[in-house]
Amino acid sequence: MTALAARSAAEIANRGTPHSALIRRWSEGSIKFALLSMTLLSVVTTIAIVGVLAGEAWGFFSMADQPDISLWSFVTGLEWSPLLGARPAFGVLPLVAGTLLVTAIAGCFALPIGLLTAVYLSEYASSRTRTILKGVLEILAGVPTVVYGFFALTFITPYLLQPLSSGFGTYNAMSAGIAVGIMILPIVCSLSEDALRAVPQSLRDGAYALGSTKFDVSAKVVVPAGLSGVIAAFLLALTRAIGETMIVALAAGGLAQLTANPAEQVQTMTAYMVQIFLGDAPAAGVEYKSSYAVAFTLFLITFVLTWSGAIILKRYREEYD
Amino acid sequence: MAAGVISTSRRMLSNRVFLWSCLAATMIAILLLSVLMVSIAIEGWSSISWRFLDSFASRKPAQAGIKAPLLGSLWVCAICGLAAIPMGIGTAIYLEEFAKRSRLKRFIQLNISNLSGVPSIVYGILALAAFVRFFGLACADEPWTLGDPESLFFIQFPFGPSVLAGGLTLALVILPIMIIASQEAFRAVPPSLRQGALALGSTPWQVVRLVTLPAAMPTIMTGAILAMSRAIGEAAPLLVIGGFLLVFQTPTNLMSDFTVLPLQIFNWAGRPQADFHKLAAAAIIVQLVVLISFNSVAIIIRQKLQRPLQS
Amino acid sequence: MTQPSTPVRDADPATAPPTNLTSDPRGSHPSETTAISMRSLNGWYGSNQVLHALDLEIAAKQVCSFIGPSGCGKSTLLRWINRMNDTIPSARASGTLSLHGIDLLDRTLDVVDLRRRVGMVFQKPNPFPKSIFDNVAFGPRLHRTYSPTDLEELIEQSLRASALWNEVKDRLDSSALGLSGGQQQRLCIARAIAIGPEVLLMDEPCSALDPRSTASIEELIRELRATYTIIIVTHNMQQASRVSDTTAFFYEGRLIESGATDVLFTNPKNRQTEDYVTGRFG
Repeated sequence: MTALAARSAAEIANRGTPHSALIRRWSEGSIKFALLSMTLLSVVTTIAIVGVLAGEAWGFFSMADQPDISLWSFVTGLEWSPLLGARPAFGVLPLVAGTLLVTAIAGCFALPIGLLTAVYLSEYASSRTRTILKGVLEILAGVPTVVYGFFALTFITPYLLQPLSSGFGTYNAMSAGIAVGIMILPIVCSLSEDALRAVPQSLRDGAYALGSTKFDVSAKVVVPAGLSGVIAAFLLALTRAIGETMIVALAAGGLAQLTANPAEQVQTMTAYMVQIFLGDAPAAGVEYKSSYAVAFTLFLITFVLTWSGAIILKRYREEYD
Repeated sequence: MAAGVISTSRRMLSNRVFLWSCLAATMIAILLLSVLMVSIAIEGWSSISWRFLDSFASRKPAQAGIKAPLLGSLWVCAICGLAAIPMGIGTAIYLEEFAKRSRLKRFIQLNISNLSGVPSIVYGILALAAFVRFFGLACADEPWTLGDPESLFFIQFPFGPSVLAGGLTLALVILPIMIIASQEAFRAVPPSLRQGALALGSTPWQVVRLVTLPAAMPTIMTGAILAMSRAIGEAAPLLVIGGFLLVFQTPTNLMSDFTVLPLQIFNWAGRPQADFHKLAAAAIIVQLVVLISFNSVAIIIRQKLQRPLQS
Repeated sequence: MTQPSTPVRDADPATAPPTNLTSDPRGSHPSETTAISMRSLNGWYGSNQVLHALDLEIAAKQVCSFIGPSGCGKSTLLRWINRMNDTIPSARASGTLSLHGIDLLDRTLDVVDLRRRVGMVFQKPNPFPKSIFDNVAFGPRLHRTYSPTDLEELIEQSLRASALWNEVKDRLDSSALGLSGGQQQRLCIARAIAIGPEVLLMDEPCSALDPRSTASIEELIRELRATYTIIIVTHNMQQASRVSDTTAFFYEGRLIESGATDVLFTNPKNRQTEDYVTGRFG
């Protein structure tokens, strides 16, 4: 019976009209080509970013009517006052310092809290709690950054910081930093948690078998084992903090100055770019072109950070299996 | 010789302290979200009304509304999704199902992860040069036009600060996220399904079209929705390409001027008057409602549509 | 039979002239009954040589089992016959391997057409997350256009051929993932049969199944050899002796001994074969 059916299946299988191999090969080739072109678009994007930024920044450094501007004075200059005074100064360091101050505050806030939450999620929480908490984090991750900016301006500064000290102005680095910290918290948390959960259960079991407490296991086994992933998460989060725009544009202020005082206002690289693109600086003017030099600096900094994150993940990943 | 022994009670104490700090950190995340929601709800609730949703911007806070940014956000997001989702899936298909392991593939992969770290405002600068101005190849003052400016199918080159340019800008921003999410979805498809389809004589594209893409689709859609919720909240790149802060009409075609909700929020939040802050809070409520409904759809898809791929 | 024109190899049984794996004692004319033949076939994964100078002929419409300990190259060899090794970038082969005279190692060979002629069943059942009907119709739809009645008939006969029809005829539209492991594996056999192949490759088809399902698959294999040339890779010596007409024993990538199954199991010529089939190693 089976043998008979097999014979008739073989016979019926030959009844159909065969598809053309030529059409098949041709369509396969064109689809592959189309997909490859889509893939190469991402490379083109990178080239275009570098091209546009480098080209415009070059235009800024070689402006004929601005003999004072040079790459050296840009990189080492301690004063940034493009719009004020008769002799504008273009030293990028105050903007970089402002960015780093806000990022540092955000990091001090978000990295420890994010890591501890990740440890809680991966080592302590029941699966129900996990699902709920991950939902909360997902919502936090989706909140538009302009909302955090508004929150910093209308809540953190007047209700948290100003009652603490009268030194805090309407715009200050502290409140922007905290808001940026809230923004990157979900990134730190969910990426670190992924790294911790990737640590195999057998490592934990081994440590428990030696009489470790949960603290010993988490702090001395799991976190060190997942460290490369955790550090990569930190770097990614800090990259996001450096590039964050709307929060600092709303809450950090508009005065570029070299300061480490979180109560004062600072201007970040991104905030300067917003100021220029929002304003009506003439497109051929020196202020407008300077924003491209700033953008290129920002791009280079974030590029180096992302790159090192990728290298750390690749080089120091512990392989278990 | 008991000197080296750590007392049990001290170990238990450190264990306890650690648990409490973990819990406290977690509570901070929840607390923050609640404070954020509550403070914004209190500030903005009174301004929410049908009139608020259905009016254009105004210098008088009592008459201002978010009709233009709401519809602008919809247009821009639709364009962004139409561009970024197919491109992201296509790239992921190529990388996961076609590309052999090679230097080129490693380079592209590294490049994509670097792109995902580029600040969104930088994409705005690229888009300003590429979409709004066409790298200066066409004269911006006298754009080359196609079709009737009043009709739905009006196009001009360069695009200028239009809905189309805005959508494509956001597509650039979320493309790396979309690619990475889709790649993970394809990697989660069991290799045995691919092998089975290949052994029956499928071409690589047939394997994708008939087996791996359908299997990966729910995960891809979840990723797409999360990427779109990122796009709908972006303001910085649109601000750079010249998204307008005050728009008194809704988009009628791809070349229309536009503003989006986050830009409107930024505009109102940046003003000193408290009345405008209330409007900003009300717009934030609308924005968060949209966002949470996006997220809920993602969660529903994840739970309902994700059938097992193996038994 | 001619001596293979391969370089000098160390003295091991594989240097013997190709064994004619036809159990028919008269062994009339090999080319008429030989489905697959290989001569001095070498295979590599990267720089690691996994197949060493294999010479073997496999008869049409018989069941041939490949036996040997894990890592002896039998699955690798199977995956060269339908070129599934193409999915592994580092896989290479030299020598000759042919199916009815077609060179299977030809770079320009249309592998899609080859795989239509050589069906494969895997170690673990791998039905697609689709309906039972769509699983079986998957292959036919790839290669040809059928009238609806032909397609339905093809599905029915394929399912009958894999002895699954009576169990699933009322639920062809339900998901294949709802079937038991043994049913899933028979569905995978039906799926392979539906494309009308000449050869069926089975890579340890029962290793993930319970004894009862194994018995039904083995019975199926015996029935199917009237229509197909079947090659089955197995770890299970009883299974090899139950289902196959001829057997080839591999060890460390070399063909140690091959011949009629009953001879190889009861009266092996080679010491290693004897040790393996009697369970002394492996």
